[in-house]
Amino acid sequence: MSVDAPAEPPQPQPRRYGRGVFLATVLGGASSLFWGKSVWGHISSVTNAIPLVPHGGWRIYTVSGSMPTFDRATWRLEIGGLVDKPLSFSYAELRALPRTTQISTFHCVTGWTVPDVHWAGVRLSDIIAQAQPQFDAHALQFVSAERPYVDSLTLQQASLHDVMLAYEMNHKPLAREHGAPVRLVIPEMYGYKNVKWLERINLVPQAEDGYWELLGYDRDAWVGRSNGYTS
Amino acid sequence: MTRYVRRFSRTERTLHWVNALGFLTLLGSGLILYLPRLSILVGRRPVVKDIHFWSGIGWVSALALVALLGDRRGLLRMARELDGFERDDIRWLKRIRPAPQGRFNAGQKLNAALNAAFLVLFLLSGLLLFFGERDTRFRFASTVVLHDGLTFAATALLVGHLYLSLIHPATRHALRGMTVGTVSEDWARAHHGRWTPPPAE
Repeated sequence: MSVDAPAEPPQPQPRRYGRGVFLATVLGGASSLFWGKSVWGHISSVTNAIPLVPHGGWRIYTVSGSMPTFDRATWRLEIGGLVDKPLSFSYAELRALPRTTQISTFHCVTGWTVPDVHWAGVRLSDIIAQAQPQFDAHALQFVSAERPYVDSLTLQQASLHDVMLAYEMNHKPLAREHGAPVRLVIPEMYGYKNVKWLERINLVPQAEDGYWELLGYDRDAWVGRSNGYTS
Repeated sequence: MTRYVRRFSRTERTLHWVNALGFLTLLGSGLILYLPRLSILVGRRPVVKDIHFWSGIGWVSALALVALLGDRRGLLRMARELDGFERDDIRWLKRIRPAPQGRFNAGQKLNAALNAAFLVLFLLSGLLLFFGERDTRFRFASTVVLHDGLTFAATALLVGHLYLSLIHPATRHALRGMTVGTVSEDWARAHHGRWTPPPAE
């Protein structure tokens, strides 16, 4: 049997501050699950000034090996399915359609938000009306060039006045990582409904689960009122 | 001739380097997921995500394995040393001198307590991120804020640690203690005056 030699000559009993710091940090950190986001909102205006921190709060989420590449010469946006007038737009044709703009907040379901994003593009309901949906079409399926990403909206959701196909973000052509050349923007819903690299819209009988919905996310992804959140 | 005394056991050093390797792997893969510019450069997000997740599991498991298979009694003794703050430790933190230090100075004790807490919180928030992607019951609006905040805090500690162990002339000799295990007796006396090193072998 070995006997532990006292490590130090006797002093007044040492204070157990180490475990205090440990426990206080763990408890404080764990409790931040319930207050962290509101506090972070106040200090993020400061951290945005630090060059290393993601600019403006965006994070780039993708589901496949590489991002689709936009080729202006060959790119087309197709609108088909249950429509009387299937449509196909080149990039120039899409840019020539009536332009609409909005400033809205982008909410990711994982908790980050980007306030005051300026979007420019085409109102979705205008394009859909042009394609003349058939009477049994009740939903839209959005197909991304990033396979196998798809998602859908009901016709009613898609007719909200600020739902748009955006080709500009913050006064610049949509960058590749944000879905160039065109992405869906529906600010009332979480980011995963805002399909990037949009290349096809199909009119379908009913809304079906998209990429993240097959993994358990809500199909009706209202900000603050879905995916386990209440506000 | 310089005389050397043993500062860190093999188990302690293994624990340190396993911790360092795990943290750096997680920091690297995490930054690829976090920083838009790196995300764009690297791509392959699903693969990077898998690497990040399994590195996290591997990090914690490897630390547990070292603790389990190594010198457990020695680690417990080390934990007691790190936990206890003597009067001189408080003086040291208040920058009152002289304040002779034990084998760990008060700053190292704080660093250890914070890093241990960060590990628990990294694991908690990381698992919540992983399972929250699969089940709404594990989803909190602030999980990502906690995980990111921890990254900033832990990286700040790491930067300070690297400065003291690699660059600062007065303290960088300590690196020897963490690589070969021994430090010079003179250095030990100057920086850790309250520590009675075990007799040289």
